[in-house]
Amino acid sequence: MGAQLRVYKRRIKSVTATKKITKAMEMIAASRIVKAQRQVAASTPYASELTRAVTAVATGSNTKHALTTEVENPARVAVLLVTSDRGLAGGYSSNAIKAAGQLTDRLKAEGKDVETYIVGRKGVAYYGFRELPVVDSWTGFTDSPTYADAKRVAGPLIEAVQRDTAEGGVDELHIVFTEFVSMMTQTPVEKRLLPLSLEVTEEESETAKDKILPLFDFEPSDEAVLDALLPRYVESRIYNALLQAAASEHAARRRAMKSATDNAEELIKSLTRLANAARQADITQEISEIVGGASALADATAGSDR
Amino acid sequence: MAAELHVELVAADRSVWSGEATLVIARTPSGDIGVMPGHQPLLGVLQSGPVTIKTKDGVVVAAVHGGFISFADDKLSLLAEIAELADEIDVERAERALERAKAEADAAAERRADVRLKAVTGVH
Repeated sequence: MGAQLRVYKRRIKSVTATKKITKAMEMIAASRIVKAQRQVAASTPYASELTRAVTAVATGSNTKHALTTEVENPARVAVLLVTSDRGLAGGYSSNAIKAAGQLTDRLKAEGKDVETYIVGRKGVAYYGFRELPVVDSWTGFTDSPTYADAKRVAGPLIEAVQRDTAEGGVDELHIVFTEFVSMMTQTPVEKRLLPLSLEVTEEESETAKDKILPLFDFEPSDEAVLDALLPRYVESRIYNALLQAAASEHAARRRAMKSATDNAEELIKSLTRLANAARQADITQEISEIVGGASALADATAGSDR
Repeated sequence: MAAELHVELVAADRSVWSGEATLVIARTPSGDIGVMPGHQPLLGVLQSGPVTIKTKDGVVVAAVHGGFISFADDKLSLLAEIAELADEIDVERAERALERAKAEADAAAERRADVRLKAVTGVH
């Protein structure tokens, strides 16, 4: 076997091994998207009922609450960025990080201090490498977040919102995550969670939109209901964001791995062609050597005969 | 036909039970509250406790830990972070959790385990 042919064979083998790995990752990601989507669907009834209740309280009572009133001059805002723990998902994490960076710049231009909270190892690594300040971060659950994880993330955020601005509290809470639009499209979005803007809740609760909300009787009192309701609302929004981000992560990884598999296939094909050509060249050379040798021999014998 | 109200019992990560009922009893900080069809619109905070849903065919009991009750237009939603139907509860596990909570003097965990057991036995 020619040296050239051996080199091609070796490269084909290594690319085939890579292809097997990316193919496996693609299939794992594909199966996890379905699971993640199912989780998003399962959490929807709670989220929509909660949104309905929040809308009811926010429109049906005049109570002022720390979590619903807009501060006139917001001085400090919190931004929660949701990224992934693992890479190999194309531009998934970097797109979210970019969106968060743009939001941060915009908020800073408005004269606000920005406190960053991060979910996912990729975001933590990005901010750590550039020595950007991070108030708090959570890692290890971006694959399949549970409600307890969302609660853990929401706890310090709610606490920061409820604290006075003078004592280091924040006035607004923004979240940046990747929205799962479809299998092929996932877009990074930024949303303001707090203070509540009713237009956000209206767009999300279509049932509440077309009819007038009834006058509710609050038990025990509207303040107490708001006090209990709003943290749950934030938790549920964060849970929903985490679930969507997980679904997006799997979809992004599936796509990245699919194109990696396709590329590997393409590479194998062209390498195989090259290997075939090299083998053919070897054979041709061998034949011409034999033919050349034979004719030289024939010439020699013919000469001696004469 | 007796009037009925539509009940949705949802936990944070799933829908636990939904159907028609004639009476729903839940626990709020100011005491047990019963909701029948035609009740005035209500939005209340739930305490950790059993929720009893009376339907035409029987009684459904669930253990609910924190959450809200909201009622309007003969539709009742019970939102809970954690909710379990009585027949889903693992009694042995709840008993173990109760003992452990008692040993560790963890009042919240003790209350949760207690609520679970009460929902199963139907004593409340």
